[in-house]
Parts: sequence; structure tokens; C-alpha cells
Amino acid sequence: MSLSRREFLKSSAAASAAAAMGMTIPAELQAAADVAESNWRWDKAACRFCGTGCGIMMATKDGKIVAVKGDPAAPVNRGLNCIKGYFNAKIMYGADRLTQPLLRVGADGKFDKKGDFKPVSWQRAFDEMEFNIKKALKSGGPEAVGVFSSGQHTIMEGYAAQKMMKGGFRSNAFDPNARHCMASAVTGFYQTFGIDEPSGCYDDIELTDTIVAWGSNMAEMHPILWSRVTDRKLSDPERVKVISIQTYTHRTSDLADIEIIFSPNTDLALWNYIAHEIVYNKPDAIDWDFVKKHIVFAASPVNIGYGLRKAGEKSLLPVNPDGSAGKYSAKEMQIVNKEMSKVISAKEAPALKPYGYKEGDVMTNKDAPNANLGHWEISFDEYKKALEPYTLDYVATISKGNPDEDINEFKKKLQTLADLYIEKGRKVVSFWTMGMNQHTRGTWVNTLAYNVHFLLNKQALPGSGAFSLTGQPSACGTAREVGTFTHRLPADMMVNVPKHREIVENRWKVPAGTLNPIGNQHIMKIHRDIEDGFIKFAWVNVCNPYQDSANAEHWIKAAREMDNFIVTSDGYPGISAKVSDLILPSAMIYEKWGGYGNAERRTQLWRQQVLPVGDAMSDTWQWVELSKRFTVKDVWGAQPLRGKDEQGNPNSLPSVIDAAKAMGYTEDTTMFEILFANKEAKSYKIDLKSFPQQGYDNTDGNGDSRNVIGSDGKVFKGYGFMIQEYLFEEYASFGRGHGHDLADFTTYHKVRGLKWPVVDGKETQWRFNANYDPYAAKETKESGNSHAFYGTIAKELMQGDLMGVKDKTTKALKNKAKIFARPYMDPPEMPDAEYPTWLSTGRVLEHWHSGTMTMRVPELYRAVPEALCYMHPEDAKKFDVKQGELCWVESRRGKVKARVETRGRNKPSRGLVFVPWFDEKVFINKVCLDATCPQSKQVDFKKCAVKVYKV
Amino acid sequence: MATLWNNYRYLILRRVTQIGLMLLYFGANAWGWKILMGNLSSSKILSIVPMSDPYAALQMLAAGAALATDLLIGVGVATLFYMLIGGRAFCSWVCPINIITDSANFLRRKLQIDRAQGFRQPATRNMRYWILALSLIISAIMGVAAFEFVSPISMVHRGIVFGLGFGWAAMLIIFLFDLFVLKDGWCGHVCPLGGFYSLLGSFSLIRVLHSQEKCTLCMKCKTVCPEHQVLYMIGKESLSVTSGECTNCARCIEVCDDDALGFSIRKLAKNKKMGE
Amino acid sequence: MSETKTKKQPVSDRRKFILNMARGAGLATMGGFIWSAYVDEVTASSLMLRPPGAIKEHDFLKTCIKCGLCVEACPYDTLLLAKPGDNKPLGTPYFVPREIACYMCPTIPCVPVCPTGALDEKSVTTDGKLDINSAEMGVAVVDHSSCIAFWGIQCDACYRACPLLGKAITIEYSKNERTGKHAFMKPVVQSDVCTGCGLCERACVTEKAAIFVLPREVALGRAGDHYIKGWDKNDEKRLENATSKTTTTEISKKSAVDSLNDSKGLY
Repeated sequence: MSLSRREFLKSSAAASAAAAMGMTIPAELQAAADVAESNWRWDKAACRFCGTGCGIMMATKDGKIVAVKGDPAAPVNRGLNCIKGYFNAKIMYGADRLTQPLLRVGADGKFDKKGDFKPVSWQRAFDEMEFNIKKALKSGGPEAVGVFSSGQHTIMEGYAAQKMMKGGFRSNAFDPNARHCMASAVTGFYQTFGIDEPSGCYDDIELTDTIVAWGSNMAEMHPILWSRVTDRKLSDPERVKVISIQTYTHRTSDLADIEIIFSPNTDLALWNYIAHEIVYNKPDAIDWDFVKKHIVFAASPVNIGYGLRKAGEKSLLPVNPDGSAGKYSAKEMQIVNKEMSKVISAKEAPALKPYGYKEGDVMTNKDAPNANLGHWEISFDEYKKALEPYTLDYVATISKGNPDEDINEFKKKLQTLADLYIEKGRKVVSFWTMGMNQHTRGTWVNTLAYNVHFLLNKQALPGSGAFSLTGQPSACGTAREVGTFTHRLPADMMVNVPKHREIVENRWKVPAGTLNPIGNQHIMKIHRDIEDGFIKFAWVNVCNPYQDSANAEHWIKAAREMDNFIVTSDGYPGISAKVSDLILPSAMIYEKWGGYGNAERRTQLWRQQVLPVGDAMSDTWQWVELSKRFTVKDVWGAQPLRGKDEQGNPNSLPSVIDAAKAMGYTEDTTMFEILFANKEAKSYKIDLKSFPQQGYDNTDGNGDSRNVIGSDGKVFKGYGFMIQEYLFEEYASFGRGHGHDLADFTTYHKVRGLKWPVVDGKETQWRFNANYDPYAAKETKESGNSHAFYGTIAKELMQGDLMGVKDKTTKALKNKAKIFARPYMDPPEMPDAEYPTWLSTGRVLEHWHSGTMTMRVPELYRAVPEALCYMHPEDAKKFDVKQGELCWVESRRGKVKARVETRGRNKPSRGLVFVPWFDEKVFINKVCLDATCPQSKQVDFKKCAVKVYKV
Repeated sequence: MATLWNNYRYLILRRVTQIGLMLLYFGANAWGWKILMGNLSSSKILSIVPMSDPYAALQMLAAGAALATDLLIGVGVATLFYMLIGGRAFCSWVCPINIITDSANFLRRKLQIDRAQGFRQPATRNMRYWILALSLIISAIMGVAAFEFVSPISMVHRGIVFGLGFGWAAMLIIFLFDLFVLKDGWCGHVCPLGGFYSLLGSFSLIRVLHSQEKCTLCMKCKTVCPEHQVLYMIGKESLSVTSGECTNCARCIEVCDDDALGFSIRKLAKNKKMGE
Repeated sequence: MSETKTKKQPVSDRRKFILNMARGAGLATMGGFIWSAYVDEVTASSLMLRPPGAIKEHDFLKTCIKCGLCVEACPYDTLLLAKPGDNKPLGTPYFVPREIACYMCPTIPCVPVCPTGALDEKSVTTDGKLDINSAEMGVAVVDHSSCIAFWGIQCDACYRACPLLGKAITIEYSKNERTGKHAFMKPVVQSDVCTGCGLCERACVTEKAAIFVLPREVALGRAGDHYIKGWDKNDEKRLENATSKTTTTEISKKSAVDSLNDSKGLY
């Protein structure tokens, strides 16, 4: 029986569809599907792209992935995909895949920073890395060795990197690109719940009556979820309301009953307006029983700056009379100076009045970076006082984002919005993505979202809750849960908590005192440390920091022109590879065993489907090979750290070499033996005779038929144990019993993912809710409460009012969550006479992040070959630029050329332009400002001031 | 060198003009030059002056198309221009096919194909007028500009500017036809555009003038002339070449070692004649 | 041929003249037919997409002088002139959206340069201003079997690429009963708005585009002017062309009297 490809796909699709519906498949069709499928192999995997976490099936034939289908059994997508997912089979096969290590060398064959890339052996590559890491350690201690990690790292890779960085090098200069993506959501979760990640799940969509998208183009960025939202709307068009709250009109508004276009940053005011409406005008709507049992009110300082560089930092010296400072021009300094102090504007003055500020006051920003996170308990009355300014008039005046909209119409919309939230019996889900996270007050606005839901008792209930969507496929699974941030350890543990370090040191079998307690080198700090000449070695993993970081020219210049050594592991030659000194070819997603965790806490694992291209090897392998180069005496001696402790002594790490010896290690024991090839690891056997290993390659465990010459100059034959399982199980052990329970490695190869906590084999849909979450059930056994917000972080608060702490004795708030008083404040850079318009950046459906993969898929490239500058037609006239022609988009930091689009998918109002960032030729991050939320350190890519003019 | 210039100056100038015009057209499409845009069917000079092929317009008229003002102005400009400088100056100074047929003719002389074939031409030069008439009839019947859909001239000049496709085949066919089938076959016998300009050129001012008194009857001029019938007066009479079929190519002037041929203005020529 | 020498009886000049005339006429007829057939053949291609403002294909073929000024005016290199071998009416401008679509410049630079009116400025002018949205280059057609949006894939690449997004292509939402919780978002072309620019065809991510532009004459039907939508005031415009014609069917072929007189087979 011969089946054409088309017939094959048809019959397979029919079989999948039928299976999904529980239909009986006609025997003939089933037979056809069986025969066809026997020609190649189907296996499940997770989609490579966004945080939605769709399940897919990969078809492999002759050692290559040839096709993909949506996994009909996957609960998230039930066999569907978006167009990025549709091309999963093509992303690994771009013509310019990196296949061998490349080093910049001079004519003499030696490393030369200014030299051209030449292929080198893996051995040479690791020699260079070892040499340069040792050099960096010598020059600045562990903080001088940095790693750009990723929300696209697999769970195992992230964990391996975390172990070597924090346990081996004792460096916390380790932060993922997820910092740019959901750090504000994380600090929001920590401050509000004391534990990371959403309480709800995607099932809320099918259960809710109201979907509010805040600063989120779900239609393009989470298409499969949006399709579920659409389905929900179609099921009951009258009852179900969709509200799109954005700074410009985009696809998500298509479905909306109400579209609210607000002026950038005023989402803070909108949330407070809804709370004001509840507290002042509809106090009956407050579920006091819930609030009293579960909520405390809190406040924090407002003079926290904007996460920009601070006066006195090396690259800001010397300060020149013309206003420039160090490596920063006078123009740039106009904004950077606001980090130190700012003048209160008329726009924000009413909101800051309860905090004792009036228009024209100079606000001096606090210097101590960690003081920013502090907050204290206040009374409800204080909270109410903080809400007082947010009358409909004030909020409508400052937040109306479309100058052409009638203010009364806008007010009506705000009123309706508040009414929908407040309406008794109406379930509401608030979704948000980068609009609320990439925000100079991102943490604040995240907490404000929960306020409204909490007051109304519409959080952590089926169909109700504020839900932070993630952008990356494993921002949750790896970056957050494994904790590949500078300040984190697995399972919500923190490097600055001695108890947490102890748990991790014990588990890792490293001496007490090994872990570095100071974790402040977030992504922007790593860039700035490189620019300051402090970090001498940096390694880029599964991300593209030289394209995805705001104010990019500074960081690129620092990497290329200063004395440092930058390594990039990647599948394709992106901007970061171009900026590097050494490039390592990485195995891409389906060329290795791996796992991702999506936005609804669903963990999904997959097997290695094919061998990597060329000599590419997995990031896990790269980290493990690197660990062979470092022994106890290399990294565990006394190490200097920057800064001083409370007593004024210079920070340092003690030598743990003796302790290591006491544990049975010698000075020459390698990190490989301690961290990766220990006794426990070796207990995870290679077993090619049984599930899940049977029939699948395992390059890391067994080597493979390519016989790649490894880091020691010999053919790599594998580690001889199931390293991926070891890494996963050891990592999972941190969370089990602590609210992060994962199932075992083998189970995840059988199921289509499970939402943690997985207790007694059952996943959890709604956390903190006693009916669904076994942890909450346990905590509420005695009280009989409906909820238990059992997170443990920041659960001891001092007492005070809006102005500060009044009583330093702390009160425990076990099982409680917080409502925060947080005001509207201006962002640091706003349009003015010289730079008259807002710039917002973001993504498009067709391309993934910096486009390294999707711009190499011909169909996607043809669909959207370049980034456009979306603007209002009247603005185009004003700027004297024409539809389809090139224009300059220029800020105080840099400029790019982009084509003008006045009629596309994104329709900004007058006064705002939008440029997506996937296109390395329209390098918009050269224009963006590197201001961050000072609490979450997440950069605000959504707003800066630019001018637009004719080329 | 001086002899070379003396013997080939018009040829060189013509080639420079032909190639230069094509280059300007090509530059307009490829690099956005604004000097000469379009192609020989219709152009715009310096983005202002239109110039259109009157024969194409005639066909369009026959086909029943409404002629736009722009086109009529362009046709007017072209008509006036060629009326002044000699209708078939187009053929020898502008048309790129001329280069092909000239080279075929050159090779034909070198290979002495004429001798092999005998000097007998199997076709009449009036054929072009028949084809011209036929083209207008077919245009009228088919409702399209008939010659424009088969014209190798357009294929070539358009091809040079906008991409040749199989246009090279048309070039080759003409070359082979002129080389092996019919001397001066395309330009001298078939081409209805040439026929059209012949008719138009009857009025032109610039003329070749023959001085019989200087002529030594070497007949080089007749050998080299692609429309040798227009030189019927050589050695017989001092006359202007008044036939519209003369292309003003000036090859006769160049090959004449006796200064018996030269350009003159029609009216002056007349006066001169009268003066004698 | 006139100087054909023969030793046989000399042919009289008059006869020679007549024969020559006849021969010429014969050759002209033969050549004319071949020529006409060829022209008919090369102008028959009806699947050409013309620049904006192109007049009806039939008139276009007679009016276009094939100068390429429109091609030169196009800033996107969208327009091409048909070359020998393209199997298209030689020398006429066209575009292939899958390669380079029309980007619908608001200034429509390709139209005003046309010297012959084959590209008619009036047809792309609304209220005295150039209006590319009124162009009718063609109309997009969706192949439902290969369009992945009809499979449930979240694509809409065509919709987002459309310069008249939400107007020329709209999204039809419907529930996906198979999954029970997703929605189809199917692109629907509004043929009265679609200009045929082809940006959708270019953006389509399927191997061969599942949405493609065809000339309006080819792709669209015609309902006839004898029925006007009672619910659509604008539809009355069609009455302008409405005329009454005598109709004939098989049964009404014969005159009434003839048919009355023919009672064959009636009983």
C-alpha cells in the first residue's frame, strides 16, 4: 500500500482527530495510518516557542525531523498550533546552522580579540574558556564570571548551569533573559503571595465570564490561548465580555467588547481607579470575610528610582561640565540623572499627594538597592487614603491614550470596566504579559492587579483570578522553578537566606559556605559590569542578550572593545554570536533530552528525537565538560566579593577547601566528579531496553554515531549514566513536599504534562484554594478557610503607614496575601519637544524573539521579512514620512531605520509608534532605554521617547 | 587613428547613440535615473518631455483604443523630431536591431555570401509597406496593436531595459535571417516600423547630398548602403537623397574617398540646386 | 521576382502585375492569418494581474504601449514587463504577488506616468484624490482545503498582512467542536473591498499559497442586474446597468402562433 505524503498526513490527521474526540476510526483509515506511521516515528514533545506550552508530535525519518503535528492529546492545544508551532519541524535546519566551535584568531592562530572567526576543536574551545575563566576569577573573584541564561534553557540545562555557576564557581552573576520577560510578575508573586507563579490555570478561560487583557497582545503572542478565549466568547457572546486594555490598538482588540487605550504607564492609575471605585463607591462589593481572613494591607517606599545606572558607577565617571558622564552622552544623562532624583510632575502629583509630595518637589531616590524590596503592613484606612486621588476625573485625564477619543466616552469605558470587575457573580480573569511586566513600576502594577481581585474575592477560584502569562517556553519551568536567577535557588529558595543555602549545599554535597549569599547581578547589572570592566568572562546560553537588551550599543561596544572574553552557545549566528570571541555550536531543542514548564505550571518532557547537526552538542554537555576543567582548589579557596558587609568589612567568600577535604574530596577533585558524575548520578542507569530510553538516542549519556571529538581531544562516548534523569530528579527533590511537587522523570514521558504541585499523582488546577490545592487543604484543615496563601517569602512585616515604618516589631502573616498601596508615577523618559512621541516595542506572531530561528524558516521570513514602524497616519504626515518608505526612529541613545506602516495590524493612536524587535536589521534595542523596575530589575521595553523623521 | 575616425566617425557616433540611449533607459529602470525613462515605445525625457512611437499609436488607433492626451503629445514630439532629422534616422541611430542587422551584413560581406547566393534578392523591399498595412488591418480586426505583440524590436529594447527572457531568440533569428536568407532582410524588407518611418521621412530636412562631379564611380557607397536603391543617382546626377527609405546612417559618406557625399539641409540643397 | 527570366512565352506586363498583386494578396492573407492567430494566442492569457488602475483587460491590451514607465515607477520592483518566454501578452506590465506583491503606495506612482491611459488615473481616484484602496487589480481567493486556518491552526498571516486589514480580509470566528475549547479564525475575503494587491498571497505560510489573487473577471461571478437586494440600499446602484431583454428558452423558441398550431403528440 502506498500513500502519498498528502494522503498520509490526511489519514494521520483524521486518526489524531478521531482519537481526540473518542470516535471510532474506520478500520481502513486506521490501517492506513498504521502503515504510514510505520515508515517513520512519531514522538511527543513540547513546542519550542512561547509560554503557552502546546504539545506537539514530531515525525522523525532517516535521522531528521520531517514533520510535526499538534498533539491531539495535549490539553492545552488539543492538536492545534499557531504558525510558529506549525514550523517546529523546520527550525533546526537553517542552512547556516553552527556546526563547530569558532574562535577569533589572529594570523598566528592564537586568540585575537580583533581576529576573524576560525573553526577550532572542542578541546581548544574549552582550553580558551578555562584560561579566561581562571583569568577572570583572578581579576575580580567569582562575580567577574557572568552567564546570560535563559527561559529557553531546558530544565536540565538550567539546573546543570545553576549547579556549576553557584556551586562550582560560587558566582551569582547568572541571570536569564526571563529577567526581561517576567521578573516583575515574579516580584509581584513574591510580594503578594510569598511564592512564585500563578494560582490559576488555562482552564479559567473556559470557566470565566470576563477576560481582561492588560498590556497583552494575546492574539499574536499566545494564539492558542487566544483561540480558547475566542471560543469562550463564542459560547456565550452576551454573557462573556472581553476587554482589551492597551497602549495601542492591535489584534487583541478585534474580539473585544471594550477597548481602552491608555497613556503609557497609567495602567497603575487604571488599577487604582477600579480599587477606588470598589472602596469608595461600591464598598459592599468588598468580601470582608475573605479580606479579613486572608489579606493584609501593605505599603512600600515610592522614591525607588528607575533601575538606571547610579552616580559614581565607573562608566559614569568622570562627570563632565557639558553634562556627559564617562561613557554616557549629555543627552543620555538627562534621563540617567533621574535615577538619583526627579521633579514631581503635574501628572503624577495628585497620586503622590498621600505620600507627602506635591508638584515641583524634588524626589531624592534611595540608594540602597535591596531596600527597595522592603514593605510594611498598613491599615485598611491607610490603603483607602492612598486610593483617594484615583477619581474617575483624575484617572481619565491622565490615562486617556488616544488624543482623538472623547473624554466622556473614555470615562464611560472606565466605569464599565470597573462595573464588570465588581459585578456580583461575574467571574473575571485578568491576563497580562509584557505591558505590565516590562514597566518601570512593573512590580507595583502586578501587585495592583491582585488588589482588585482580592477585594472582590475573585482570585484563586475556578474562572476568576489575575493571571500573569509568560512569554518564554520555560520561563516558569527553568528560569523560575529551577531558579536560574542571580538571587534564586531551586524551588523558590534564595541565595541570601542562610537556611536555603544550607539546604542546597547539603543536597549538592558541597561544603557549607560554598554558596555566595550576594545575588545582585541581574542581566542589566551583568551588562553594566562588563561595561565597567569588572566582569571579564561572560557566556551566553540559549539567548541573544546583545540583541534583546535595551540601550544595546553600550553593551556591544563593551563586549567588542574592552578586555574581556565573551562566549556564545547558539544554534545560529545571531547578534550575540557576532559580538562574541568564542562561539560554541549548540544542539537545538529536539536534538537532546529536555523539559519545559509553561505558564500554567505544566511541566512537559521530551526525548532526544535526532542527533545534533555537525559537531553541535547540548548545553548540558557544554557545562558538564567545563566542570571537568575546574578542581576544588581552583574555585573553592577564599574569594573576594565586591562591597562591604554591615560591619564595614569587605565582602568575601571563605575557603571551603578544608571542609571539602573533610567530605572526602581532595584539592584535585574536579567539579565534574562532585556536581555531575557523583555516586547518586551514576545510579541513574542507561537502560536501552525499557521505556523511556528504549529506541531513542542519548548523546549526553551514550555518545552517538557522529563520534564527536570531545573536550579532551578524544571521541566522546557519553557519561555512561542517565544524566538528564539525574539532573531532573535531583532538581525535583527540592520542591517535593514544599509546594512545588513534580512527578518523576518517567511519568512525564507518558503524560502530556502535569500542573504542579503534583501530589499523589494528581495535578493542581487552582493553587491556594482549599478545594483544589492539597497544600491549601492541609493549611485550612483547622480554620476551615476557603484559601491559604501559604507562600513563605516576606511573611513577617513591620507596621507603618504610607510614609514609612512606624513600629519595627514584625508580625507574622501566615497563609495571608497582601494588598499594596502603590501610586501612579511617571516613567523616567516621556515625550517632550525634542523627542515628541512614545516608542513601544514588542513582538509579532510570525517571529520568535530575536528571530534567529524563525527568520530562517522561509515561509515565516516571507510572511514578515522586516520589522515595520507602525504609526498613526496623521503622525506620519506630521513627521513628513510616507507609508512604505523608510524613516529614522531616534532616541537619546541611538537610531534605526524602519519602514513606515500606517495601516497594518498595529494601529497606534497619535503620539505613539510601535516597532517590533525580531529583526536584527531594524535593531530597535539601540533606541530603547535600559530603565528597569527597580524592584524586579526588568527592563521597560514598552516606553521611551523618540523622534521620527525622513531618511 | 585619424583615418579610423574619418572612415568610421558616423558609425562610432551611431553606436554611441544607440548604446547610450539603451544605457539611459536601462539606468532609469535599474538605478532610478531620470534622464530617459521608459523604452522606445514610449519614453519620458527628464521626467517632462514625452515621446511615443507614432506607429504603435497608429496601431492602437486601428485597434480602437482611445488615445490619451499624453500619448498624442508624445506622438507629436516623436513625429516632429523624426520629420526634422530624417524618419529613418530612428533605424540607424536609435534602433538596437540596427546593430544586429549591420553585423549580419558585415559578416555577409566578409563571408561573401552574396556571391554564393547570387545578388538576386528573392523579395521586394515594398514588402514592408504590405506588412505595415497588414499590421493595421490585423490591429483593427483583433483589437490589439498587432505588430507590438510580435515586434522583435520591442522585444530587444524592452528586453535590454526590463529583462530579455527568450528575446535573445528573436535577436538570433533576425541575425540569421539577414545573414543567410535575405540581405538587409529585416530592416530593408520586412520591418513595418522602418516602412512607417520611410513614409514619415520623405519630409525630413536632413539629407545626404551627392556631388556627381566629385564621384569616381567606385560604388563603395552602394555596396555599403543598406537601402542602396536610394542611391540611384550616384555618378549620374548631383542630387539629394530624397527617398524616405534612406536611414541617414552616413555609411556612404564615410566610405566615399572622394568627398562626393555629405549631409545637407533639404532646403539649402534645393537652393543650391536652383543656384546652379 | 518581377525580373524572372523565362524563355517561354513572355508574360504580358498586365498579367504580370495582376499575378503579382494576387500573389501579394495571397501571402498577405496567409501571413495575416498566422499573425492573427499568434496575436490571439499570446493575448489569450487571462490570469494576469495588472497594475492598479488598469482598464479592462480587453481594452488594456489595445491601449498599453508597453513602455514600462509604470514598471520603472514602482518603488518595490513589483511590476514586470512580460518577456518572450513568460507566456504572457508580450511587453505588458503584470505582477506576481507570491514574488513581490503590490504594496499599495498611497501615491500610486505607477499610474500617473502611464502615457496611454491603459492605467487610468480616474479609476483610482476618489473625491479628487488618488486612492489606492479603490484599485481593482484582482481579488484574493482562499483554498479552504489547504488554508491551515481552516484546520484550526492559529495563522491569520494573510489577515495581518492585508493593507486593508479587517476590511478586505475579515476573520470569521467559529467554534472548533473537535477540541471543544478552541476557535477557528478563518480568513474571509470581502471581494468588494479587496484590491488584489496580493500581500496576503505573499505572506501565506503554506508551501503553495492557500490564498491567492486572481483577476476579478476570472474569480468573481455575477448575479445579474434583474434582482436587487431588498435589504441593501447600495445594491440599487446595479439598476443603472439593468435593461430588459427578450428571453428565449427551449420552450419559447418558436413563435406563439407556431407553437399553438403545433399540436403534435398532444393527443
